[in-house]
Amino acid sequence: MVQFKLPKNSTIRTGKTWPKPEGASNVRKFQIYRWTPDDGENPRVDTYFVDMDTCGPMVLDALIKIKNEIDPTLTFRRSCREGICGSCAMNIDGINTLACIYGMDEIKGDVKIYPLPHMPVVRDLIPDLTHFYAQHASIMPWLETKTNRPAKEWKQSIEDRKKLDGLYECVMCASCSTACPSYWWNGDRYLGPAALLHAYRWIIDSRDEATGERLDELEDPFKLYRCHTIMNCTKTCPKGLNPAEAIASIKKMMVERQL
Amino acid sequence: MADVNRGDRPLSPHLQIYRPQLTSITSIFARITGIALLGAAVLVVWWFAAAAIGPEYYDVVNGLMTSFIGDVIMFLALWSLCYHALSGLRHLIWDIGIGLDIETAEKMGIGVIAGSVILAIIVAVIV
Repeated sequence: MVQFKLPKNSTIRTGKTWPKPEGASNVRKFQIYRWTPDDGENPRVDTYFVDMDTCGPMVLDALIKIKNEIDPTLTFRRSCREGICGSCAMNIDGINTLACIYGMDEIKGDVKIYPLPHMPVVRDLIPDLTHFYAQHASIMPWLETKTNRPAKEWKQSIEDRKKLDGLYECVMCASCSTACPSYWWNGDRYLGPAALLHAYRWIIDSRDEATGERLDELEDPFKLYRCHTIMNCTKTCPKGLNPAEAIASIKKMMVERQL
Repeated sequence: MADVNRGDRPLSPHLQIYRPQLTSITSIFARITGIALLGAAVLVVWWFAAAAIGPEYYDVVNGLMTSFIGDVIMFLALWSLCYHALSGLRHLIWDIGIGLDIETAEKMGIGVIAGSVILAIIVAVIV
């Protein structure tokens, strides 16, 4: 349901301001969301100062530098540092993106970092993605076939393979779903842009033989039709994909199959 | 996702921190103008009903509706109608499956905002 205000245990306090690095001339201010389950306190926003002359260009470089040199308790997910694992998705400067491929030169003023919006927080910048992954699993993210297995592999023409471009690149970072106001208010039943983009990826796969069942499964007032083309998903996707278009394509197929 | 919150985990901030986007603002205004039009429709029905009830009552309601505040409310309702119609047109275009890239969507968004203001002013001047 729509709930504009944060629950009582989630309102944000002003946190600690950590000391500036000594002898640095090119310093940048970072405001980062903090929460730990250990002290029973509400979340807070801590302020850090980072010497930009000795820091890499990406937001993730600054986060790692803070963790190494200023505050080892700062917690976040990261792995590949090149935008392919999707671990370091977070809200940076008001939009969701991957910290590793978001340059600090793209941000004006202070760097504000929060976890992905409207998610239960495990700690600091780490959201609980259990439900998000369960929704992905629910769309059957695999090739469903009925005919006998071919001797070698399931073949596909070059044209049919092309239909998967712009869909298969999704790294499941959850930036799009957690940018969607519809997902904020109805995320328990609305599948959200990421899961729906994956659903479409299998629906239009020429090798898949469960297209009808897949569409049946989505024919639901909440699962699919809570998308109101707000387009925050497409606008924020760090991989430049278009979940809004994929969802519109599914809606179109729903109508077309009834003609 | 408060419903799947396990233990006493806080909910991360959402509306409070997410930067408004052109597409999200035009989207929420489609809904706001839709609701506003419902209110405006009630006012217009009240106006007609007053005319049916009798001349004295009509004078009272008509006085309110043609006062300065009444004019402002009716102009906003007119703008809402223009905005809601143009926005609906944009949704119809999207439903066909075109204009779903960010560049076109934002261009159409600016078109809806500018178009609704211009259309509302033209209609207000003519009527």
